[in-house]
Amino acid sequence: MVIDHPLLGLRDAAEFVYLGDAALLERPDATAADAETRFYEYQYLRDNPAGVHQELWFHEQGDHSWLVVTRNTLTHEILCVELARDVVLARRAGA
Amino acid sequence: MSQSGRIGGGLVDYGRTLDFRFNGATLQGHPGDTLASALLANGQRLVARSFKYHRPRGIFSAGSEEPNALVQLRQGAYQEPNTRATVVELFAGLEAQSQNFRGSLRHDLLAVNDWLAPFLSAGFYYKTFMWPAAFWEKLYEPVIRAAAGLGRLSGQEDPDRYDKGYLHCEVLVIGAGPAGLMAALTAARAGVRVILADEDFRMGGRLNAETYRIDDRPGVQWAEQVLAELAAMAHVRLLPRTTVYGAFDHGIYGALERRTDHLLQCDGQPRQVLWRIYSRQAILCAGATERPMVFANNDRPGVMLAGSVRAYANRFGVAAGRKVAVLTNNDNGWQTALDLAASGVALAAVIDTRADAEVPAFQAAPVFRGRQVVDTRGRHGLKSILLSDGQHIAADCLAVSGGWNPNVHLTCHQRGRPQWRESIAAFVPGAELPPGMSVAGAAQGSLSLMACLLDGRQAAHAALLALGHKPLPLPLPDAVDEAAGISPCWQVPGRKRAWLDLQNDVTVKDVQLAQREGFHAVEHLKRYTTLGMATDQGKTANVNALAVMAACTGQSIPETGTTIFRPPYTPVPIAALAGHARGRNFRPVRQTPGHQWAQEQGAVFVEAGLWLRAQWFPQAGETRWRESVDREVKQVRAGVGVCDVSTLGKIDIQGRDALEFLNRVYANGFKTLAVGRVRYGLMLREDGFAYDDGTTARLGEQHFLMTTTTANAALVFRNLEFARQCLWPALDVHLVSVTEQWAQYAVAGPRARALLQQLVDEDVDIGGAAFPFMACTELTVCDGVPARLFRISFSGELAYELAVPARYGDALIRVLMQAGQALGVVAYGTEALGVMRIEKGHAAGNELNGQTTALNLGLGAMVARKAESSDFIGNVLSRRPAMNQPDALRLMGFRPLKRDESLSAGAHFLALGATPDLSHDQGWMTSVAFSPMLGHAIGLGFIQRGHERVGEVVRAFDPVRDRDIEVEIVSPHFFDPKGERLHV
Amino acid sequence: MGYYSALRVLREGLTGNRGWKPLWREPDPKAAYDVIVIGGGGHGLSTAYYLAGTFGLTRVAVLEKGWLGSGNIGRNTTIIRSNYLLPGNEPFYELSMKLWEGLEQELNYNAMVSQRGIINLYHSDTQRDAYARRGNAIRLAGADAILLDQEGVRAQYPQLDFDNARFPIKGGLWQPRAGTARHDAVAWGYARGADARGVDIIQNCEVTGFLFEDGVCRGVDTRRGSIRADKVAVCVAGSSSRVMAQAGIRLPLESHVLQAFVSEGLKPLIPGVITFGMGHFYISQSDKGGLVFGGDIDGYNTYAQRGNLPTIEDVCEGGMALMPMIGRARLLRMWGGVMDMTMDGSPIIDKTPVPGLYFNGGWCYGGFKATPASGFCFAHLLARDEPHPVAAAYRLDRFRTGALIDEKGAGAQPNLH
Repeated sequence: MVIDHPLLGLRDAAEFVYLGDAALLERPDATAADAETRFYEYQYLRDNPAGVHQELWFHEQGDHSWLVVTRNTLTHEILCVELARDVVLARRAGA
Repeated sequence: MSQSGRIGGGLVDYGRTLDFRFNGATLQGHPGDTLASALLANGQRLVARSFKYHRPRGIFSAGSEEPNALVQLRQGAYQEPNTRATVVELFAGLEAQSQNFRGSLRHDLLAVNDWLAPFLSAGFYYKTFMWPAAFWEKLYEPVIRAAAGLGRLSGQEDPDRYDKGYLHCEVLVIGAGPAGLMAALTAARAGVRVILADEDFRMGGRLNAETYRIDDRPGVQWAEQVLAELAAMAHVRLLPRTTVYGAFDHGIYGALERRTDHLLQCDGQPRQVLWRIYSRQAILCAGATERPMVFANNDRPGVMLAGSVRAYANRFGVAAGRKVAVLTNNDNGWQTALDLAASGVALAAVIDTRADAEVPAFQAAPVFRGRQVVDTRGRHGLKSILLSDGQHIAADCLAVSGGWNPNVHLTCHQRGRPQWRESIAAFVPGAELPPGMSVAGAAQGSLSLMACLLDGRQAAHAALLALGHKPLPLPLPDAVDEAAGISPCWQVPGRKRAWLDLQNDVTVKDVQLAQREGFHAVEHLKRYTTLGMATDQGKTANVNALAVMAACTGQSIPETGTTIFRPPYTPVPIAALAGHARGRNFRPVRQTPGHQWAQEQGAVFVEAGLWLRAQWFPQAGETRWRESVDREVKQVRAGVGVCDVSTLGKIDIQGRDALEFLNRVYANGFKTLAVGRVRYGLMLREDGFAYDDGTTARLGEQHFLMTTTTANAALVFRNLEFARQCLWPALDVHLVSVTEQWAQYAVAGPRARALLQQLVDEDVDIGGAAFPFMACTELTVCDGVPARLFRISFSGELAYELAVPARYGDALIRVLMQAGQALGVVAYGTEALGVMRIEKGHAAGNELNGQTTALNLGLGAMVARKAESSDFIGNVLSRRPAMNQPDALRLMGFRPLKRDESLSAGAHFLALGATPDLSHDQGWMTSVAFSPMLGHAIGLGFIQRGHERVGEVVRAFDPVRDRDIEVEIVSPHFFDPKGERLHV
Repeated sequence: MGYYSALRVLREGLTGNRGWKPLWREPDPKAAYDVIVIGGGGHGLSTAYYLAGTFGLTRVAVLEKGWLGSGNIGRNTTIIRSNYLLPGNEPFYELSMKLWEGLEQELNYNAMVSQRGIINLYHSDTQRDAYARRGNAIRLAGADAILLDQEGVRAQYPQLDFDNARFPIKGGLWQPRAGTARHDAVAWGYARGADARGVDIIQNCEVTGFLFEDGVCRGVDTRRGSIRADKVAVCVAGSSSRVMAQAGIRLPLESHVLQAFVSEGLKPLIPGVITFGMGHFYISQSDKGGLVFGGDIDGYNTYAQRGNLPTIEDVCEGGMALMPMIGRARLLRMWGGVMDMTMDGSPIIDKTPVPGLYFNGGWCYGGFKATPASGFCFAHLLARDEPHPVAAAYRLDRFRTGALIDEKGAGAQPNLH
């Protein structure tokens, strides 16, 4: 596979380390009353769709960026690649 | 034997003669020959034996689809089994042997299987060999295994070299036949980077094998001219002898180039190169493969594909037989009759199964229309054929054309399914192609020369447009648009066996049996009968078998299904896929800056991940490793020792919020860490389990240096970057991995300070009061070399770690050892380090194995204290009930009850008198050592409720080493339990 | 269906092999069953077999989307073993091994269960100690394990790279009773056995949804209509998330592709199963002569049954590092299977929060060896509504309670298990 890094352009996927579901960006509040349930769901439960999937890749052999890659798990087509940091900051600004 | 089959002409260089050996006999061929064409030229008809029945096998095809003519090429460690003679380019000195027979090739003892065939039908082995049960491994299976298999590996290491490379292009053209050449030329003239790859050693595809003319000259000449033009363009790369074997995601193609397989010796060149080709557009022009027809005893040597017989005559100047009969169900088969007649090869008959087809006027041999071949004779080679009208016709070669199957394989590598096209009675590429791929020529079912040329140009135009280029007009050359009418004759009825898969001996009867037994789904058929599972992957067999199954079930062929083609298109040597990564080069070696020095001292090294670390330093007279390690420990504890700890992960952390960041990633508190101080830290994963520990030093208000374990350096850094970028992007903190930028040495022992004082530049006081335990500072050593000094200790001694930029690492160890000479300094390795940490009860990799918690490690209180005040990674999930049971494992020390006994790591703990079974398993020993300070073995281990059981005696049960001893549970702090030596 | 024997093979051979009957019927679905098993792979078929045989339920149907055995039972590296470390796993896999040992006689079908042994190599003292710990755990569970030193390994596998290796081989953990089995035949044998015991195996019958009444699962919708059942058992590893999502259940797993490889046929040269300890690589040789090998999963979520080149090359690198004699053997075929990779690397056999709906999945890439015990224990749970003791740890709620079964200590990172 080839990932179109937002800063560096096309890079072979072998340069990256895969983490998984981009839901891991949304770490729950540890002080919430139901924190244990929320952390359990955060850490363990996955939608695991057959189709479009937002996921985290780390450019370990590169610039050490964490990326949010939107990829189809049936075809491996990559629809969008963003810096995870930008995604989080934008979400929090919007929230 | 002379070249009795040679008729002259073609693309062979008769000016040179090449000697080669086949089954011990010396034969001759010429440059331009394949092994197969040379064997045919020499009249060699029997070449191999089939897999199951050991039926005689000859040469069947002229290409990579060959199921029959498998040979063992070369000798000794270079021996290469299962090599298709049809793709081996002949060279002087070539050695080939037939394979898969017992006795001699002509009188193969295992041919007895052919007589037993009624009992060896598809899947017979699933129904027997079950009694008695133990006989499977002892008797049946060894016999089956010995008989099975094809060729033989030498058992020696592959002596050849293999290279890997990466190529990039706008347009990859796969196959250099008429469609591929036209596509490549069209794309290349538009100026884009083009790669043209072809599996043959001579590009041109079928043009090499046919007598067709293009622009009124031989097709071969047209191909040569196109290739010459392409070769002259700098942006075009021609890759002959290169098989594109797989289509992978995002336009990446795998290709294998055979660099020296056509040479006797490789002369320092790699044997093969594995290319990864990154393309934006790919045009598949892989041509088509002819299929045979299905009739009784259609497997004898001499029964060949018609197009291949033609290829042998036209390209290689070889008659495949002295008297050739042609059997066809389509117009293309006639071309063989015409070409052979023109070459002067004697023809016995032309049989067209179609009664009503328009056929050429033909005088060279009797023509039989509307008839079929129903049987053949000739034990080791074809002697005659029997027609459906009862006539026997003498022939030693039967050229069969059952139609052409487009080579759709690469279109299927990403879920694509071929679809049936009735007009050519074959599968063509489906609608769903790998992104960026198009198909042209015979590969997409265009079976005439003119259509191929047109297709190639068209596909290149489309690719150029997709790339945003404007195609230049390129005139289409003039060529024939020959007829390709077909009316399939899938199966000639009969009671005798008719072969579908020639290598695996799958016959029509097997397919019928499979259907009777319920295996009519095409994947069931394949798996039950082994159809299409041989080295040729059923390239010539699968469609006929589908047709037979369709006839059994009364369904159409497309209803019956198709099988998915998987990579590789043709088999790829495992060594080529591995490339250079083997032997000592399997993985890179990481060496510390002090490696050279340690090597000079005769250190024994040990792998630590990719690192090599000095394990111990043997001295003269020491014959056992324990002598060296014991000495190193004692010398450190009595005087001073130096250990290279450069492999520890080092992460430089800076920023306004760095302290807050650290407090969130460590499970113990960091908020109170003062400038100039170091703190031990434990890290949890978010799931609450411990995974790494180390220290972090506060070098400045906003500047920290973290160390990690050697093993987890990359993982911790990745996790910290995740926390920084993804969890808390608003924090002002920056991370750089500096593991390789700093060389670091532990200097430990009562005289450590005395040693270091000789190195540090005057203005720094490293005395006990000014620089206490867990102090750190930046300083200079050895007259101005920048350095960092940490007063931390893994050994439990008065100890420091001194770090300098990596380029000073080699000099520093030499200076340390020189300066320490008077103090009796010793270099110590990882073994002594390990012994001392066990003496001190420190956890390391065996304890921090990802399965243990802070509670298990005896750090539960520390973590719980922190959780009261602030959140950190792993905080919430570490509180889950099953991880906090009262009988949880605790890290404890152990010593043998009989002090002279040794301990073994991996032993499990059982209460005295308990039955040794899982329900009584109480934990296990993690790390053991002989303590030279205590004079007996010591161990660390996890045991249930260990903290409440100090003094209790339990069994250390170690059946895999035949050991079972009694040990006493003690505190893990064996040596200097109060830690007084640290604080000197 | 007829009893299989050498005598019968001879008799049929003499009469043109015309007397063989289908191994299973092709029935139309009935309106209702006691238990519907979704998924006609190895685990689904063995579940049905034991439900009908051992546990005496006769109104059982297996619904298969495609052809039976088309899932991972049809695409694996055929290894069977019971050499696990943790108490939640080892007794389960040992039950499976015992079932394998009597399987062919029980099923009257030769699945070529071949106890040729497995050796897991170690390359360092730390690895040796970890294997000692594991070997002792295996012995405590009553199974077999032998710790070999380098000479012990060399005696069985003289052709390994002992002398020129980047990571020298120090020894191995040997389980002699482990081995391989002919994977397709396992599916066929169970299908034939289940069919003979009255189970309806319905192929080409995709389940499209569940029937719920008052929050209770009462059956399924299929492409061939609705079918009612007292209990619905999901056995669709590789598609678990998709199927369970229809019941509103999110699972602690991800789908990943594991590639496997087979070489051209070769005369015998690798006697048993051997695994490399410093790269992920395992290999055996089939009775037909092909080298069957594999390595790591590709490592990204996918439902495509295919992988990519970096993993293919990595696996072959491991192979060449371990045994450079295989270099001139050619890789003939590669394929990918979609795995349920769980968050702790261990499977799930449990009830679900929905009454009437039961789940079996999360086999990571160890599902094949578990086929007999998985079916047996799932059938036990379905028939008795309580877990079989050896599968009691495979609970869905262990991720919530923290009672994880993490053999590798890799944590909630499915692609590392």
